[in-house]
Amino acid sequence: MADASSQIASTVPTSRPGRLSEFWRYFKENRGAVIGLYIFAAFVLIALGADILAPYDPTAQNRAATLVPPVWQEGGSWSFPLGTDPLGRDMLSRLLHGARYSFFVGIVVVVVASFGGILIGLVAGFAPRWLDTIIMRLMDIILAFPSLLLALVLVAILGPSLTNAMIAIALVLQPHYVRLTRASVINERTKDYVTSARVAGAGRLRLMFITVLPNCLAPIIVQAALSFSTAILDAAALGFLGMGAQPPTPEWGTMLAEAREFILRAWWVVTFPGLAILVTVLAINLMGDGLRDALDPKLKRS
Amino acid sequence: MLKYFLARLLTFVPTFLGVTLISFAFIRVLPGDPIIVMAGERGLSDERYAELVTQYGFDRPIWEQFWDYFTGVLQGDLGTSLVTKKPVWDEFFTLFPATLELSICAILFAMLLGLPAGVIAAVYRGKFFDRALMSTALVGYSMPIFWWALLLIIVFSGNLGWTPVSGRIDLLYFFPPVTGFMLIDSALSGQDGAFVSAVRHLILPTIVLGTIPLAVIARQTRSAMLEVLSEDYIRTARAKGLTPSRVNGLHALRNAMIPVITVIGLSVGTLLAGAILTETIFSWPGIGKWMVDSIFRRDYPVVQGGLLLIAVMVMIVNLTVDLLYGLINPKIRKR
Amino acid sequence: MSLLKLRNLSVEFATAGGGFRAVDQVDLDVAPGEILAIVGESGSGKSVSMLAAMGLLPWTATVTADEMSFDGRDLRAMSGRARRRLVGRDMAMIFQEPMSSLNPCFTVGFQVKEALRQHLDLNRRARHARAVELFEMVGIPDPEKRLGNFPHQMSGGMNQRVMIAIAIACKPRLLIADEPTTALDVTIQAQILDLLVSLQRETGMALILITHDMGVVAETAERVSVQYAGQKVEEQRVEGLFDTPHHPYTAALLAALPERATERRLPTIPGVVPGQFDRPEGCLFSPRCRFADETCRRVPPPVQGRELGLARCHYPITSDARRKESAS
Repeated sequence: MADASSQIASTVPTSRPGRLSEFWRYFKENRGAVIGLYIFAAFVLIALGADILAPYDPTAQNRAATLVPPVWQEGGSWSFPLGTDPLGRDMLSRLLHGARYSFFVGIVVVVVASFGGILIGLVAGFAPRWLDTIIMRLMDIILAFPSLLLALVLVAILGPSLTNAMIAIALVLQPHYVRLTRASVINERTKDYVTSARVAGAGRLRLMFITVLPNCLAPIIVQAALSFSTAILDAAALGFLGMGAQPPTPEWGTMLAEAREFILRAWWVVTFPGLAILVTVLAINLMGDGLRDALDPKLKRS
Repeated sequence: MLKYFLARLLTFVPTFLGVTLISFAFIRVLPGDPIIVMAGERGLSDERYAELVTQYGFDRPIWEQFWDYFTGVLQGDLGTSLVTKKPVWDEFFTLFPATLELSICAILFAMLLGLPAGVIAAVYRGKFFDRALMSTALVGYSMPIFWWALLLIIVFSGNLGWTPVSGRIDLLYFFPPVTGFMLIDSALSGQDGAFVSAVRHLILPTIVLGTIPLAVIARQTRSAMLEVLSEDYIRTARAKGLTPSRVNGLHALRNAMIPVITVIGLSVGTLLAGAILTETIFSWPGIGKWMVDSIFRRDYPVVQGGLLLIAVMVMIVNLTVDLLYGLINPKIRKR
Repeated sequence: MSLLKLRNLSVEFATAGGGFRAVDQVDLDVAPGEILAIVGESGSGKSVSMLAAMGLLPWTATVTADEMSFDGRDLRAMSGRARRRLVGRDMAMIFQEPMSSLNPCFTVGFQVKEALRQHLDLNRRARHARAVELFEMVGIPDPEKRLGNFPHQMSGGMNQRVMIAIAIACKPRLLIADEPTTALDVTIQAQILDLLVSLQRETGMALILITHDMGVVAETAERVSVQYAGQKVEEQRVEGLFDTPHHPYTAALLAALPERATERRLPTIPGVVPGQFDRPEGCLFSPRCRFADETCRRVPPPVQGRELGLARCHYPITSDARRKESAS
């Protein structure tokens, strides 16, 4: 009998792949996700190197060249490849600097919302019933308000600025993390490995953060990717409504708001900032889909 | 079923209380003194100021003010607008049909295109059609709709001149509102071209507002269908020799609809958020635009009341969705 | 003339880790009116080969075969429409999990009548009468009332009866029962099995019984095909199989029956069926076989002649001495 089992071990032609490489293989299989990753990497590089890449100061006004069309159109010139806005500011430079604000918004919002959300969700998942109910009711209440409206009112209270917009968006996105974390915590808590950890004498905090939390991370990571794009969209929407970054900040949504009255005269001032938002958000969502498929074993092909 | 209904209804109460509290609390911390704002350019004497403070009850303890507000809300009194001096409740219900009309059109647009698209993509998974459809859906899902609106205006109103840019109907036409729904009212008015004009005004806002729900519904339908298609009962249906259209269109879709209905219901919140942007861009005289305008005018009672009414609206829709969920899911219905 | 004939059937699943062969060169014949049992552990590919015959495999599966025919008609060359006319009417199948095999959103009556509507030219009233009759045949009490029930309102045993009613609705010539009793309570298991056998006797249909329970095989089947890791390793008439198993795997399976235990401890087969990542080079059973030698581990075994039960083995068991040894 012992002989037989040792033979099983010896007849293993292909070994099971490791966890990270398996993840990467699944991720790589999704071509859209890889493209999204590349675009996102480019976006991050632009955000970091906007100062070096941009040909002009994004707020420098060139009164002699207002509403210059992009280079391929009649009247365009290579000195302003993507044209200029009504105040004669270089579109390209503003767009490049805009990436920096969007990236900043995304990072801050995701970090703040996920940190708070995971913490509250963990507490709710481990808390006695009454506390859990209170927390979840509170989240229901926040979720009853349309997120953009709530953010809008919050910004109106705090005063319109990019920082306040970020705080508002993070607050509004937080309940999603709470719900997600709590759901997976409650799901994991019933599993045998948690019981065995508890039997082995793990304290409550150890149980929460070291035993359970790592096993709940997969859906949270996906949520983080998706809320990164939501944050960029919402910040741009607030900027567009005049409640986010204030002019002359080259934030994409704010740029759109400034360009609105010129939409029928100068298409480029409207098209490019929106395109920048769309491409960035699309890349992140592509990546998020890939992450979800690679992390969620339920949807794997079998 | 009744037990399920009552249990669900019971959770409504604390949430409602919380929503009221939040919309009340928000306004109390809003910077700027409402009385000064009300006075406007003309300014205000100190006595008059003190008088108004007493009149609005701002000098009383905060919990007393909340109690007054809450009891007022229960009786349908949400205060009066500082700008128009009309009751918030009345203003809301004058403007609400416009938002409702737009939202219904948008959600119908999204469902009529999204459901079939999702089903077809799931059935032909991995094929070209599936990929094309899902890529398009992801673009729609990632769309900044305020920019999307501007693009559509450039193309359809600017270049082609097919659709109007703002409002609900041409200024030419005037008739008293009967139902508040422009499509119905214009048809009732009997004026030549009024109905067509109303439809033309609706097209772009509908597309803009419906885009994200459309993408969400298509994606959700596809994934729900994929999940359902791997179920045992689908194998049973195929083992009966049923046609693929019957297996997919009846056996699978009926089950896939359960999560999809939930998603459609939940997208109502998104829809109202989207209405804020859509209505602002198209000067659509609905709740969204009203809220944005009021925020900029610091019309506190309106912001407060509007926030509350919108939240309650979302809650009612969610409740309806839950009950609908119970109706279409026999496991809950017959318990 | 066999009713269902499979020659060299293989089924491969595309997974992220490469192709996985669930069924490997399986031959199978079922004569009209016959009861054939297919026996094997979980993962031996016994269900998959039958799903392939029914055309019910998911899209990730690739089916190849030299021949796959029903009543002399080639199943592979058939159009989808022609095959659907056959499936559900002449060949029917019931599954392991009665609870999940019925659509939760429709009443069981609807699901029975749907099969009738698809294949038979009956009006509404005739369909209802037939559905009531079918429920009586499969032993569901109070059929008129039960037709309006949803699957979740009934027990697993009742649902399996509904499944059987759906399967025999159009008087099939072949019924494939895929572990029909595994998910049921022990007391219900015997009832369902008796029902299947008596229905088979009444209607004269052929019955393929997929199972991992040798006891069930002994009681019901006429002929037995043993599968291991996707391959057919032995096929015999039931008496012969229980008397003189030729493949060591069959012998080990039989030795594990409590009725046959000669010692105080029940013998077991060590190890598990090889999976996607640990398929042996030679004989698939070699890691668990007590007779295996170097040849077994290196070289895939040949299929022996009919007198040796078509055993897929280098050293099929023949002598009584060896059989006794294996039983001890």
